[in-house]
Amino acid sequence: MTILALYVINRAGSLIFDHDFSPSNMGVEVTFTYPFEIILKEEPNGLVVSFGCRDGIKIGHVLVSINGVPVSGCHMSDGGDVREFLSRPENYPVSVRFSKLKPNVNERIMLSSMFNTIYHMASQLSPEKKSTGIQEMETSAFTLHCLQTLSGLKFIYLSEPKTQGVDVLLKKTYELYVDFALKNPFYNLEMPVRCELFDKNLMLLIEQSEKVISGNF
Amino acid sequence: MTVYNIYIFNCDGQCIYYWQWERSGDSNVSQVEEFKLMYGMIFSIKSLINRLSPIDVDNQFGSFATNKNRLHFYETQSKLKFILNTDLQADTGKVHEILKEIYTGYYVQYVVKNPFCDIKGVSIESSLFTKKLNCFISSLSIA
Repeated sequence: MTILALYVINRAGSLIFDHDFSPSNMGVEVTFTYPFEIILKEEPNGLVVSFGCRDGIKIGHVLVSINGVPVSGCHMSDGGDVREFLSRPENYPVSVRFSKLKPNVNERIMLSSMFNTIYHMASQLSPEKKSTGIQEMETSAFTLHCLQTLSGLKFIYLSEPKTQGVDVLLKKTYELYVDFALKNPFYNLEMPVRCELFDKNLMLLIEQSEKVISGNF
Repeated sequence: MTVYNIYIFNCDGQCIYYWQWERSGDSNVSQVEEFKLMYGMIFSIKSLINRLSPIDVDNQFGSFATNKNRLHFYETQSKLKFILNTDLQADTGKVHEILKEIYTGYYVQYVVKNPFCDIKGVSIESSLFTKKLNCFISSLSIA
């Protein structure tokens, strides 16, 4: 029962604030013996699993670390090639961590304008008159809660499925935005939020809410 | 529980069936355009949630809610998509079962097994399917 991410989208549909709360040690760590049976494909964002699902490793996962040492792209921390390392039998047994790659900045900007479009489509396609757009969305992996303020700003929380109390959290986040971003004399409207106090208070709010949420169960 | 309308899309994205029970709002576009918009929205949502998901790669879209209604989505292995709009009181788990029931109990029974129905066709032209589906949905509305 945790909050995974927060996105704030302005009236025009561009991303003005986002934060990822999900733990960095997500994914699966598996110890392999020689030979390494998973087929990896080189892609711009790293080595992606293209064949050989096992033990929770799925197609689309990215290789993130070997023996606990992070990997950047196709190279190990010492500069060696990952695939060459994995092809040598003397390096085994080896423990490899795979995880879903999080969207990068450009992707997050694109996804938020995509959400903005979907929001308006949902309101147009509603069978009732004067309907708003998406307020809550359920998927198998997460639940999305969205609050649109009267000025058209959207606050979006991604949380684990069946998390309670996100509606309250959304309103409190809006209050924080008003208090620490809007009232900040150096903040320009509709521009990305870079306010230290907002960040600090947001972290406090999330910490508190996680205690409350987990306290309910 | 109020059921507003149902859309069934085939694997090519064509709306093969639409029926409405209660609907007050209008999408301000022709019906053909509305079907395209609906399919486009579902397609975008599926792509969005797969990329947005911080946890997993394969992620199924279940439903979304606006302040007036909830849209439920069910996709079969053969990429047939069932979309049902209900009011907000409807339980998501229950409606998911209803959509499965519409597929196995009504679509398969009265369309796939119907020799006069062309399942490769652009729309379901079976009055039996409509009649049975109407009975089923109206029995839900009372409960």
